[in-house]
Amino acid sequence: MEATIEQKTGHDYTLVEAESIVIRFSGDSGDGMQLTGTQFTDTAAFLGNDLSTFPDFPAEIRAPIGTTAGVSGFQVHFGSKEIFTPGDEFDVLVAMNAAALKVDLPRLKKGGIIITNTAGFDKKNLGLAGFPDGVNPLEDSSLDNYLVHKLDISKLTKESLAGSGLGMKEIERSKNMFVLGILFWMFDETMDYTINFIKEKFAKKPDIALANINTLKAGWNFSDNTEIFTTRYKVASAQLPKGEYRNISGNHATALGLVAAAELSGLPLFLGSYPITPASDILHELSKYKTSNVKTFQAEDEIAAICAAIGASYAGVLGVTTTSGPGMSLKSEAMGLATMLEIPLVIVNVQRGGPSTGLPTKTEQSDLMQAMYGRHGEGPMPVLAASSPSDCFNTVLECARIAVEHMTPVICLTDGYIANGSEPWRFPNADDLVPFKAQFTTENNNPDGSFLPYKRDEKLSRPWVKPGTKDLMHRIGGLEKQNETGNVSYDAKNHEVMTRLRAEKIRKIEDYIPLAKPDSGNETGPLAVLGWGSTSGVIKTAVHELIAEGYDVAHVHLHHLNPFPKNLGELLSGYENILVPEMNCGQLINLIKAKYLLPATGYSKMQGQPFTTRELKNKILEFLK
Amino acid sequence: MTTIAEQVAAPKLTAKDFASNQEVKWCPGCGDYSIVKQVQTVFPDLGIPKEDIVFISGIGCAARFTYYMDTYGMHSIHGRAAAIASGVKAANPNLSVWVISGDGDAFSIGGNHFIHLMRKNFDLNYLVFNNQIYGLTKGQYSPTSEKGKVAKSTPFGSVEEPFNPSELALGARCSFVARSMDRDPKHMQMVLKRANDHKGTSFVEIYQNCTVFNEGAFFAFSEKDTKKEKAIFLEHGKPLIFGNGDDKGIKLEGTMPVIVNLKDPGVSVNDLWVHDEHDKIKAHIIASFFDTEYNGVEFPRPFGVIFSEDRPTYEAAMEEQIAELTARKGKASLNKILSGDKTWTIL
Repeated sequence: MEATIEQKTGHDYTLVEAESIVIRFSGDSGDGMQLTGTQFTDTAAFLGNDLSTFPDFPAEIRAPIGTTAGVSGFQVHFGSKEIFTPGDEFDVLVAMNAAALKVDLPRLKKGGIIITNTAGFDKKNLGLAGFPDGVNPLEDSSLDNYLVHKLDISKLTKESLAGSGLGMKEIERSKNMFVLGILFWMFDETMDYTINFIKEKFAKKPDIALANINTLKAGWNFSDNTEIFTTRYKVASAQLPKGEYRNISGNHATALGLVAAAELSGLPLFLGSYPITPASDILHELSKYKTSNVKTFQAEDEIAAICAAIGASYAGVLGVTTTSGPGMSLKSEAMGLATMLEIPLVIVNVQRGGPSTGLPTKTEQSDLMQAMYGRHGEGPMPVLAASSPSDCFNTVLECARIAVEHMTPVICLTDGYIANGSEPWRFPNADDLVPFKAQFTTENNNPDGSFLPYKRDEKLSRPWVKPGTKDLMHRIGGLEKQNETGNVSYDAKNHEVMTRLRAEKIRKIEDYIPLAKPDSGNETGPLAVLGWGSTSGVIKTAVHELIAEGYDVAHVHLHHLNPFPKNLGELLSGYENILVPEMNCGQLINLIKAKYLLPATGYSKMQGQPFTTRELKNKILEFLK
Repeated sequence: MTTIAEQVAAPKLTAKDFASNQEVKWCPGCGDYSIVKQVQTVFPDLGIPKEDIVFISGIGCAARFTYYMDTYGMHSIHGRAAAIASGVKAANPNLSVWVISGDGDAFSIGGNHFIHLMRKNFDLNYLVFNNQIYGLTKGQYSPTSEKGKVAKSTPFGSVEEPFNPSELALGARCSFVARSMDRDPKHMQMVLKRANDHKGTSFVEIYQNCTVFNEGAFFAFSEKDTKKEKAIFLEHGKPLIFGNGDDKGIKLEGTMPVIVNLKDPGVSVNDLWVHDEHDKIKAHIIASFFDTEYNGVEFPRPFGVIFSEDRPTYEAAMEEQIAELTARKGKASLNKILSGDKTWTIL
């Protein structure tokens, strides 16, 4: 708890006001920790807290029960101040078994609260978690620095559902609701939101609904009646900008951004996609909006997914494909085709740890170079990156705008961290979003009455013609084009002209995007921390804290990675040092050094986990001492 | 789009109207010349406005076809024409979509897209120019080359079995399966019209002579002295008859096809198998008349429509679902979508 403001004593407990709290729900993959965390989060959001979440789960749907490999975690950081990260360390750790404790104890604050299910610490579970024979951390002195609540949650759940008529399996599965009841009591939060959720979710199974509600209440009452818990915590509402909010994950925001792009461009949307972690939720979500001019197509493979999207764009709609790293590799040949065809296409890559299958459920920012250069031949393509869950909305919308206005495929990078993580979002009013109407060519564009499919406008964009348009029949393809006519040409000089035109078209986009400026800090100074993508929250937190501590440090965050904002070199040269933290071996830093010849220092992390604020602050301080 | 009134008023197009201004660059004598000619010949009769026709091709000699048609077209990448065509048709069901492919493009690098396209049943036409060889890469064996094929990459003969494309398409649940050949223009025109008329994915395998790398691969089916013995031309409702002097027929004994001589005593044309192109099980048997021998007997290669069935197309089912959802739920406003169901207000 970062700041204890005041204490007051109630009947039999102390009420502590806290500015922000980090809770880690941790258990077996089957323990329902993601649901528990989500319900707690939604309630906190509903009560006006700012927050950030981090679901952190294994790739296996049901990894071996009781092992550390099977631990599924959900982290929520909520507060009365602005929250930009899910938090470095936990104030509260819910550990449903020995493995969960083992995995997450290292990041629990000293003096933090542990709520354990003792049923998950029997001989078998201790053994599976790798504790030596005869060692039980709940019974030795290893947890002396923490406030440990040892509860047989399995048994308490069983007792609260005695006579419910439910089988042992269903009863066992309700135990997460008991835990949630405890936490709602502990943080003085209402159960109403979750009770409504349960009623809706189990509308067709009233006995299950009742059991879950009763278990939830039992957890609350247990906390209220027993004297085990002596302290309750209150996190006041955050002073967020006025307005209407909802909670949103990055993948969900991406889907909504695409629905908005369809409306704003006046184009139907076609999504070609193939299921892949952690991008599938975009496909799931978009598939719900079929009445909003959206068609979704689950293709036979990644290649077919992008090719179908290319076909759809060719037919005159907004083609989109969504994937993650391995899928990007498979799509790269088709991306080259889209570059040659010069048609709009949005390619969303929810990055994950690589190479190969890598770490499917863990995050990384290691596909930037692939996005920039991962095609054969000279295949320049605009690249943008989202910086937070809700920013996925803005970013994918901007990608669609560039695709349509500049007649080009565009890559939208997000990553597993922000795709699955969520935050409150002050969603926009549709009337405030800027339309970008697609222009289709319906007339000949050559004085001699013929049609020139590769004749360019001031942006160097070529005309977009829908098949079905009278008198403009023409053929396009992957072979090199003769300038303007688009006919096949193997002419040596023409290939160089076309190669340069395609590159210049992408470079010119810099005239249509915002200039770079520091998110926080001054426009010159001893150090700028330059970031891109999902590191935004942690850099912002670290830089804000250091500025508050009196340091001169700035944060510059890139949304457009190709082309860069045209003043970027100028802006960066105003700082004595540039630190580039990335969840990769140093990809942006190479682009920056190559383009601007500026001294910059990289800071890499490749652990499938985001940077912590503390790590980053320590690194920044090395430059400021 | 052209209105019906305009179509009625417009003068009838000719084959020439469908030829683009691009120089045709296939090898002299290539079977592809005949195919492009037959397509251009039948198109005026199909009654489809030129601007509503889209050709999508992959890579290979056949794929250049797209450049020679004065319609809309995309010459795409190797093997992917089926996937691209799916997107075109899903986005605009009004278009008449024709996929042009070769045996390597369709069955090797594009094999996965091929089978899934067949099962999904978009209303489009998929023409495979099968020359049983890789032409554009200069003479390697293909997935339809006969076992033992001596080619550039198999100097001692290939060791693998070829695909039988009709069987493959039927196995992938294609709703229209036909075969024709470059050297029989009238037959090809008939099959192309049938393919166009069929609602669903029409798969047409066209035997095509590669004069440079596989000369004469199909001559047995077109040369006067062998044609009648080696080929059988299927017609719906007609008995299976072939042979010089139409003296041979095929009858079914259970599920076993048997060749009979109509001149033999006791053999009547009434005993023969009558082709029913809607009978899927029998279509599988006909499709298996390939390099197969039943009980040591070689069967003639079937040409014509092997199978056709009416079943809903992908795009129709998709549009129907959207219409049904829209009628039931209405179109949500963007504001409603952005807000979702659970919001809170900070004052």
